[in-house]
Amino acid sequence: MSVTFTEDKLKKAQEIILRYPEGRQKSALLPILHLAQEQFGWLSSETMDYVAGLLSITPVEVYEVATFYTMFHLEPVGKHVIEYCRTGPCCTMGGEEVFSHLKTKLGIKANETTSDGLFTLKEVECLAACGWGPCFQIREKYFMHLTNQKVDDIIEELSK
Amino acid sequence: MANNIKILTEHINTPGIETFEVYRKTGGYNAVEKAIKKMSPDEIVEEVKKSGIRGRGGAGFPMGMKWSFLAKPEGVPRYLVCNADESEPGTFKDHYLMKSIPHLLIEGMIVSSYALGANKSFIYVRGELMYVVRILEKAIEEAKAAGFLGKNILGSGYDLELVVQPGGGAYICGEETALLESLEGKRGNPRNKPPFPAVKGLYQSPTVVNNVESIANTPWVINHGGDEYAKIGIGRSTGTKLISASGHIKNPGVYEITLGLPVDEFMNSDQYLGGVRDGHYLKAVVAGGSSVPILPAHLFYKTANGEDRLMSYESLSDGGFPTGTMLGSGGFIAMDETTCIVRNTWNFSRFYHHESCGQCSPCREGTGWMEKVLHRIEHGHGTMSDIDLLVDVSKKIEGNTICPLGDAAAWPVASAIRHFRDEFEWHIKHPNEATKPGAVFMGAEILA
Repeated sequence: MSVTFTEDKLKKAQEIILRYPEGRQKSALLPILHLAQEQFGWLSSETMDYVAGLLSITPVEVYEVATFYTMFHLEPVGKHVIEYCRTGPCCTMGGEEVFSHLKTKLGIKANETTSDGLFTLKEVECLAACGWGPCFQIREKYFMHLTNQKVDDIIEELSK
Repeated sequence: MANNIKILTEHINTPGIETFEVYRKTGGYNAVEKAIKKMSPDEIVEEVKKSGIRGRGGAGFPMGMKWSFLAKPEGVPRYLVCNADESEPGTFKDHYLMKSIPHLLIEGMIVSSYALGANKSFIYVRGELMYVVRILEKAIEEAKAAGFLGKNILGSGYDLELVVQPGGGAYICGEETALLESLEGKRGNPRNKPPFPAVKGLYQSPTVVNNVESIANTPWVINHGGDEYAKIGIGRSTGTKLISASGHIKNPGVYEITLGLPVDEFMNSDQYLGGVRDGHYLKAVVAGGSSVPILPAHLFYKTANGEDRLMSYESLSDGGFPTGTMLGSGGFIAMDETTCIVRNTWNFSRFYHHESCGQCSPCREGTGWMEKVLHRIEHGHGTMSDIDLLVDVSKKIEGNTICPLGDAAAWPVASAIRHFRDEFEWHIKHPNEATKPGAVFMGAEILA
């Protein structure tokens, strides 16, 4: 299967490339990997090769970056990726209890996907929302001040 | 100067402040007019120097001095890069500022870029904050439409383009040279220094990297002058500081304090944190983000000499590491008597292990060893020699890496053992008791 951006995404990618000085198009790599993940959900090696072509860089330059940054998914993920903060301040605010509830609720551990393909759980480090914790993120949205009840409500809403 | 002055947050709760129109009505972008029409770039650098403002990302290096180091070779572009990669556990002030009042940062970027002679500047935002990236991009569009950005700003002949760049999830990119590598589309591996970014930074060109909060202060400095700014605060801690507060307090959130505010007032008055949550006692405080040494409550309120501690660079570090800590990024984490220091230290060490870029052996290996040893102590398998082993490993990391992540990983472990050694020993001597869910050593000194 050949990988290509939609027309909109391709236009956006070309705009991004033009933001940098001439010859510095590699600077567009992270923003374009985010675009690719928006469209494809995760970064397959075909997707990374495609991005390398767009930027006229070698595929390995894309692989080494995609594997360094934790936001990029290198395997298929569920429809909703829940990325929950496991760092000190969120735990101080009761995060460990809330996330153990979340795991029980979904019946999966971190880095697993529910059998219906709806949810993937990922543990992440500090999301810079410490005073509003415990928190997790689903795509661009932050969910804060989490409690067991709130977690139940969010999961039920997203399961509809 | 009033002790309650709000330089950054005066208008933050005004409805619609995220729009250009409302921000402009509150006096926003006046600094751009003043700077571009009435001041030379060097005059602005001079005002920032006079203000005495120190870098608000954590290191506290004088901002004006950093600006004055910028090399200016003929025919080579210069860059300003804003560090909005806020990732230090406990720190969420830049997140709050950018999402609430994005134009303040944009205005600061314009006047600072003008002062440094940059025609293309970048705001590097941690990738998780993609919604903030979109807020900033919208603010940039609005400022451009109003003639404050783009070609020939306010008819002055000065051009500036602002680019918002998302990161990809890596704490290390908050280190300025790692940030520049990342901005060039590479892994976030810190560079050896020298050369410093002021000489060879982004694309090997002279570059200044400043924190969001630092840049957001510059419009006020231009409007009121560096001397007025320097009157706020105490001693070499001039101005205000955003403190993001989390943990076991009544009022978590972001506060703009005048530097020099007594710690007791910040912690306990209803205007600020409102004290520890009801029915509990303060056990320990991490005053400036997870990297700074943890302090037990009694040393937090009073210095070793018995003086009242103040929220300032100098007072918080009074006594050095044996009895003091650091203001750092202003990431303030309060812990009451229900907090297990061993568990918290293990949690922090796991963070640094996860975030080490892996370039320097002492950090790559040492952060993993510390996490492993702390994990076994926390889970009831530690031995008494493990405590000294942790101290030994932390000393071998500290100062032996090319960037400060090594120190940042070593200090929380070393300070937790320094001040809470009996808690580590209790875990080792009484593993059955210590590993019960929620078990906490109760022998630590606590303050009402």
